[in-house]
Amino acid sequence: MAPTAIECQALEVVFANRGNKQTILDGLDLTVPAGQIVTLLGPSGCGKSTLLRVVAGLTKPTSGSLCIEGKSVRENQHKLAFVFQESALLPWRSVYQNVRLPWEIRKAPAGFDLDSEIQNVLELVGFKPNDWNKKPHQLSGGMKMRASIARALITKPDILLLDEPFAALDDMLRSKLNDLLLKIVEQTHTTMLFVTHNIAEAIYLSHSIAVFSQGKIGERIDVDLPTPRQASVRSTPEFAAMYGRVSESLARNASA
Amino acid sequence: MNKSPLSVRIAAPIGLFVVVAILWHLMVDWFKIPPVLLPKPLKVLEAIWEQRTQLLSGAWVTFQAAALGLAVSTLIGSFVAILFSQSSWIRTALYPYVIFLQTVPIVAIAPLLIVWSGAQFRTVVLVSCIISIFPIISNVTSGLLSIDQNHLDLFRMQGASRWQTLVKLRIPSAVRSLVQGLRISCGLSVIGAIVGELFVGNSGTSDGLGAMMNAMQANLKTAQLIGAIMACTLLGIVLFLAIEALNRWALRRWTIDTGFESDR
Repeated sequence: MAPTAIECQALEVVFANRGNKQTILDGLDLTVPAGQIVTLLGPSGCGKSTLLRVVAGLTKPTSGSLCIEGKSVRENQHKLAFVFQESALLPWRSVYQNVRLPWEIRKAPAGFDLDSEIQNVLELVGFKPNDWNKKPHQLSGGMKMRASIARALITKPDILLLDEPFAALDDMLRSKLNDLLLKIVEQTHTTMLFVTHNIAEAIYLSHSIAVFSQGKIGERIDVDLPTPRQASVRSTPEFAAMYGRVSESLARNASA
Repeated sequence: MNKSPLSVRIAAPIGLFVVVAILWHLMVDWFKIPPVLLPKPLKVLEAIWEQRTQLLSGAWVTFQAAALGLAVSTLIGSFVAILFSQSSWIRTALYPYVIFLQTVPIVAIAPLLIVWSGAQFRTVVLVSCIISIFPIISNVTSGLLSIDQNHLDLFRMQGASRWQTLVKLRIPSAVRSLVQGLRISCGLSVIGAIVGELFVGNSGTSDGLGAMMNAMQANLKTAQLIGAIMACTLLGIVLFLAIEALNRWALRRWTIDTGFESDR
């Protein structure tokens, strides 16, 4: 049994807006084992992004408990990295400088060779050296997202939180970047909590899918497809069966 | 914006200028307007040519006052905006006074400034600064505060200090707003310098355009006066073009996401 990376118990998030109370998370429990990719799946506005922000320490839960590797978020926030829906690169910085940013804010450990680390991570996400000095506006959507992932990886996070990172990209590009994520997990053993509303993406990427229902996890579905995933798995009957099962669960939980 | 070829864009306004000058010339003859009221365009040209050295040195003095006033208002305005961005308490307490700065008629307080600071170059710079500071404060403040939420979250997750967020995120984000403010303020700084000089008068050894205009008006040298007004206009244009060049540089360096989708 792998150690637990993220443990949420009875999480509740209530937003009060001019006396109107809106419950976003309603006693949510979620466990994410270390080294796994877990997908949060649900329709838009169901609270999955809020959960991600709570895990990241960006939104305070109204009640409930949250542990990151057995400690509070505040203590372990440095072990997390967040990939935003838009690439969120700083437009005045080059790709290289954007990836460098986290270590300009944090204190780099002694003996940390930042330049070679940046080069490694940029190569890992598929950047050619002559693109390193480009500004974000000179990059395509896919390259921006690669740079954004590189920036998240540069701090060697134990846990990567991704909030619909590929929602704005076309299908071809989306599956390329899905493969990139799988490659990263294989090489770095990073735990990932991935938010999406794309069922095929959820199945292809994850070890396990958490389907949202009314501010809680309605169903947890383990994806028992062979790992490491090959692109060809998408055309197998097992994948199709899994697709059917997940979309049925999604429909059931959305209407619950 | 303007798709006409460059030759047309240059020729059209010049052509219009020539037509207006001819009409002006004919009108003065036709209505027998005395030269003290309105000299003929050629007389104005002649006057400009005759006093070209004075106009140039006057423009240089005024330019220095305006540029210095703009520089000071940029420094102080940006500093005030940074203070504003750091605390909503400071903002709430001080903002009404900043509005006051904007609404007070500068022509009314210029005499007071002369009483306090003396009839000298320094006072002219002060007037120019006061009149041009508001767009800097308001633009830079809004630039420092309207930061992309994702960027703020990114900095928070790295545990960035207030100082790091200011230096690495807020200030670079606000550069474009600063340049926008400068575009408005540069014209105001020239106005401020000329108003200041009008009040200060010819006190120093080298007079700016405003002081020269004061003297010309007193001596009913209308042709010279019109020449000086043209020099003022030209001065404003030069300063504006300089800021435009700065703006283009800032846009190039600080381009925002255009977000095209295809991957290579």
